[in-house]
Amino acid sequence: MLTYVARRVLVSIPTVFGVATVIFLMVRLLPGDPARVIAGVLATPEDVDRIRHQFGLDQPLYVQYVTYLFHLLTGDLGTSTRTGQPVTQEIVSRLPYTMELAVVSTVIAVVVGVTAGVIAATRRGSALDLAISALAVFGLSMPVYWLGLMLIILLAIDIHAFPAAGAQNPLGFVLPSITLALFSLALVARQSRSAMLEVLNQDFVRTARAKGAPLRTVLVKHALRNALLPVVTVIGLQFGALIGGAVLTETVFSWPGVGRLLVDSIFSRDYPVVQGVVLMLAVAFILVNLLVDLLYAYVDPRIRYS
Amino acid sequence: MSIRALDTAEPGLRDLTAPELGAQTARGRFWGKLRRSPSALVGLAILALYVGLALVGPLVAPFDPGHDVLRDQFLPASVHHFLGTDDLGRDEFLMILYGARYTLYLGFLAVGIGLIVGLPLGAASGYFGGWVDLLVQRLTDVLLSFPGILLALALVAGLGVGLRNVIIAVGVSSIPIFIRLVRASALSIRELPYVEAARALGVPNWLILLRHVIPNSLAPVIVQATLQLGAAILVAAGLGFLGLGVQKPTPEWGSMLGEARTYIFTDANLVTLPGLAIFGAVLAFNLVGDGLRDALDPRLK
Repeated sequence: MLTYVARRVLVSIPTVFGVATVIFLMVRLLPGDPARVIAGVLATPEDVDRIRHQFGLDQPLYVQYVTYLFHLLTGDLGTSTRTGQPVTQEIVSRLPYTMELAVVSTVIAVVVGVTAGVIAATRRGSALDLAISALAVFGLSMPVYWLGLMLIILLAIDIHAFPAAGAQNPLGFVLPSITLALFSLALVARQSRSAMLEVLNQDFVRTARAKGAPLRTVLVKHALRNALLPVVTVIGLQFGALIGGAVLTETVFSWPGVGRLLVDSIFSRDYPVVQGVVLMLAVAFILVNLLVDLLYAYVDPRIRYS
Repeated sequence: MSIRALDTAEPGLRDLTAPELGAQTARGRFWGKLRRSPSALVGLAILALYVGLALVGPLVAPFDPGHDVLRDQFLPASVHHFLGTDDLGRDEFLMILYGARYTLYLGFLAVGIGLIVGLPLGAASGYFGGWVDLLVQRLTDVLLSFPGILLALALVAGLGVGLRNVIIAVGVSSIPIFIRLVRASALSIRELPYVEAARALGVPNWLILLRHVIPNSLAPVIVQATLQLGAAILVAAGLGFLGLGVQKPTPEWGSMLGEARTYIFTDANLVTLPGLAIFGAVLAFNLVGDGLRDALDPRLK
């Protein structure tokens, strides 16, 4: 187990390194002069030179790269060109809003999704199963941004039940978290249904039934426990969709999280912030999947990846 | 990082790639199953409607959707404007009609990029193993570490907006999934007797890849490509919605939705309709993909 943990952690390090490199190259190789872009249209040539020097853009590429990596190691993501604040500070001040949204949505998705999946699997072929499966496909096909706007039209404009935007009011939480949860919910429901169906066909479930164990005990103790394993993996994978969805959801609901910060920074060409947010979100995704993999190996003793 | 959800779906699909199954009966079974799959039929029907609209629509339209008459803004639905008009007095029905073209074009080109780059890389990675595999897989790990829409978003931030750059960005972000998928198939195919026979006969590696490995790993790829079309449309429209995708006056559904957001209190239809169009397209590809998966999976009888 310990060897597996060590190996799995070690494999993640080059991935993080690779992600940092790709992000560095993406900004440096873009057509046009970043210094001129940052300086703006009204800048004099002297201003552009000053900015080029200030951001180290007059250095050779490899020097910039080494400096960039060195700063990353010390936790320095640079300075926002828009506000002049350190990028880390910009991110930290926005992060709680995104985290709240992500956690609430994950909880909704897992609780409702697993329940729906189990119900569908135990009544395979029934009208209820069909309805749940159909709703799951709908959920996977729904553009998050459209779902958010539809909820605003129906519940905020037409009947004034919830605020349409903002994070000041606790009620303001409801629409964004439902919006963000739906895709993951559909994914979890589908995965739980197929995992449950697979387990229900196993010999040990038949044995439990044959020895006269009540249906409820068989479902919860024998079937669900074993079916949850693949569901755990999906929770890790859906986290990616959740982060991507957060960028869109936060825009729809004017939510002050990191997703909104990213989009605003792209528009104002605040490259240090764009770099920082993308790197932070990718590293978070890598960490979540690392944790899920370790959890998976811990929960299921049959699994020891060589 | 491992995509285990995909791996679990594969072994069954891979069995079908063995040629000794008897191509004729397997093919017959496949079509029979597909015809009886309600989800595939509904999906195909929606797709046929969209393709029809995209091809025929612009030919029969009485005028160009870019035709704006400012005094006609926010008109309700009528005989002249089936779905009313938008903030610039443009006909909403025609805008959506023309949008079908861009959406399909965008989706197919982006997934095409994913396939053209992903298939050979994945096949080579699984077939050769060794350092080629190591290199390609580390690169795939890195690309898969950008969650969801983020890779496309970051690429557009670098490349700039517009139709061409959106296609590149969405295309690049669908490369890694195909690499993973084809690699998994190639790993098992390279051990099969007919590949060994080809190698013994002195067939060069590139020809083995082209003639045996890639064609025989296509079954799961076709399913994934169909689902990926839906995903690509979703991401491209998402970029459009953020204002970082296809720019106006191109009638792209995502950017129409993004602009209409401003008028959500004035005319909610302008928000509802383009979104519905995107939803329908993505739903269609997902339904067809599910139907294909069931039809190609020999475990389900």
